[in-house]
Amino acid sequence: MLGKGFLKKRVNNGEGSAYAFLSMYALLFIIFIVVPVLAAVLLSFTFFDTIQFPRFIGLRNYITLLTQDDTFMKYVLPNTIEFAVIVGPGGYALAFLLAWILAQLPRLPRTLFALILYSPSMTGGVAMAVVWKTLFSGDQTGYMNSFLMGLGIIQEPVQWLQSPHYLMPIMIVVTLWSSMGIGFLAMLAGILDINPELYEAAALDGVKSRWQEIFYITIPSMKPQMLFGAVMAIVGTFQAGAIGVTLSGSNPTPQYAGQLIVNHIEDYGFLRYEMGYAAAVSVVLLLMVLFFTRLSNRLFASKD
Amino acid sequence: MSKHWFRRYTGVSNRGINPRGFHVSQLKFYAILLPLAAFMMLPIVFIFSNAFKPLDELFAYPPRFFVVNPTAKNFTDLFARMSTSGIPVSRYLFNSIVIALATVAASIFVSSTAAYALSKKRFRLKQTLFAINTVALMFVPIAVNIPRFLVIEKLNLLDTFWVHVLPVLAMPVGVFLLKQFMDVIPNELIEAAQIDGASDWAIYRRIILPMVRPAIATIAILTFQAVWNSADSSTLYVTTESLRTFAFYLSTLTATATGANVVAGQGIAAAAALIMFLPNLIVFIVLQSQVMSTMSHSGLK
Repeated sequence: MLGKGFLKKRVNNGEGSAYAFLSMYALLFIIFIVVPVLAAVLLSFTFFDTIQFPRFIGLRNYITLLTQDDTFMKYVLPNTIEFAVIVGPGGYALAFLLAWILAQLPRLPRTLFALILYSPSMTGGVAMAVVWKTLFSGDQTGYMNSFLMGLGIIQEPVQWLQSPHYLMPIMIVVTLWSSMGIGFLAMLAGILDINPELYEAAALDGVKSRWQEIFYITIPSMKPQMLFGAVMAIVGTFQAGAIGVTLSGSNPTPQYAGQLIVNHIEDYGFLRYEMGYAAAVSVVLLLMVLFFTRLSNRLFASKD
Repeated sequence: MSKHWFRRYTGVSNRGINPRGFHVSQLKFYAILLPLAAFMMLPIVFIFSNAFKPLDELFAYPPRFFVVNPTAKNFTDLFARMSTSGIPVSRYLFNSIVIALATVAASIFVSSTAAYALSKKRFRLKQTLFAINTVALMFVPIAVNIPRFLVIEKLNLLDTFWVHVLPVLAMPVGVFLLKQFMDVIPNELIEAAQIDGASDWAIYRRIILPMVRPAIATIAILTFQAVWNSADSSTLYVTTESLRTFAFYLSTLTATATGANVVAGQGIAAAAALIMFLPNLIVFIVLQSQVMSTMSHSGLK
């Protein structure tokens, strides 16, 4: 009897203190993540110009988005898809491949190369904007222009960052350059963590080439890290959307060439004050992220 | 034993994953990595080189990548300069340092307490809450900037010191990584401490925290980078110039560098970019081995 009462008290205590330990994070999580997401969903069904109280208009924002927003359909959506497909899976595959290569080296060179490859991802866009703007500067003192003119490939300076033609490729290169982030480190650690006996067993079982090894041993043994890397790649890709505006210095970007969904949200939300409509675009963006994460979950979820 | 036998037998001790030393088969990997690493490093080398260039080299034609006559003038110019609103640069830097330190400390505390509850406590909503946190890993803050702004406005946080700190503390990745790490700590250890009469707080403080040090180092880096590099909170939520951060100041420099103030701005911007970048690099180099050991626990299951 005593035992039972004692046990019950302990469990209760445990619950109480569990919530106490959780409380601060939970509070911040609700305020800065849950409420904004719910508010975005609610606002997306309203007309809201920040002056008057939001007016409920049902699905009209979504209908406008799908049927009347020419900019969205003609530029923003195709741009976002192009950008996301190349930077997302492309950056992810690159990160895995480089992690795998690094794992084949002894500790010291591996650490050095990992540091070099990781370092671009730790500078936010701000410090780097200085560099990219100088390298791709539009006049003949720009490094890119001077270099290509020196080689005789171009005859006169190109306005790289203002050109609808080049802005997107530059955005992609810049983003790929900084895509070896914590997902990359996780995959590297995952590869190094695999029990070497697995490879030995596989070799005895007849796995011959390194490619076979990658697909039959390495990837299946580090699915959790692969999934973590994938989630980080997806988030990073959509988060990187501001890069076009940073590079070109204007929103909208020149002829909407680098306009991504994130810039579209800012354009409507902070420049035109059509908050309800911007919220609808936000919801679409969140759904896209969710969809792609689900997809990678399907690919890499461990079965146990 | 069998491992040694196998390695000796096949002679592969320096081939394959995680070798101990050099082997000819590694040459092809160096052949790929060296040019790539050089390419990846270019912009960063450029930051260093540019920051020490005198004005005539910054605008030299044809432009030169490496500095020839290094000078510290850009740095002295930077610190001698007032922003357009009369705030010295040191004030922005001071704000950034204080905000970064406060946020890193608070973030470690907030994330680790939550992770402790989610990993070692038994309560009804545990699985659900962890699942919600895992979904939130894919949260893209930039998507809900507007409602976030409205929430911050309603809470009267606009134009305060706290607006730099509080939103960053809701960091699902931090809780996630710490929880994965804590899951590995044997429960027997905690039970033994409970029998010895240790309070919950003592267990958290004396047993859990020391054992997850690598994960804490990682959270510290992630938080630091998120806060130090971001100009968003200053741009969106703060209007008082003396409350804004160094990242924001740098972003104003690059904005004017394309417009009116091209000549004077460039050298200062180059110096500021280096100051912006260096702390990231130093913090990461110091803590990198800890980060790697955290990442082997980083899987989603």
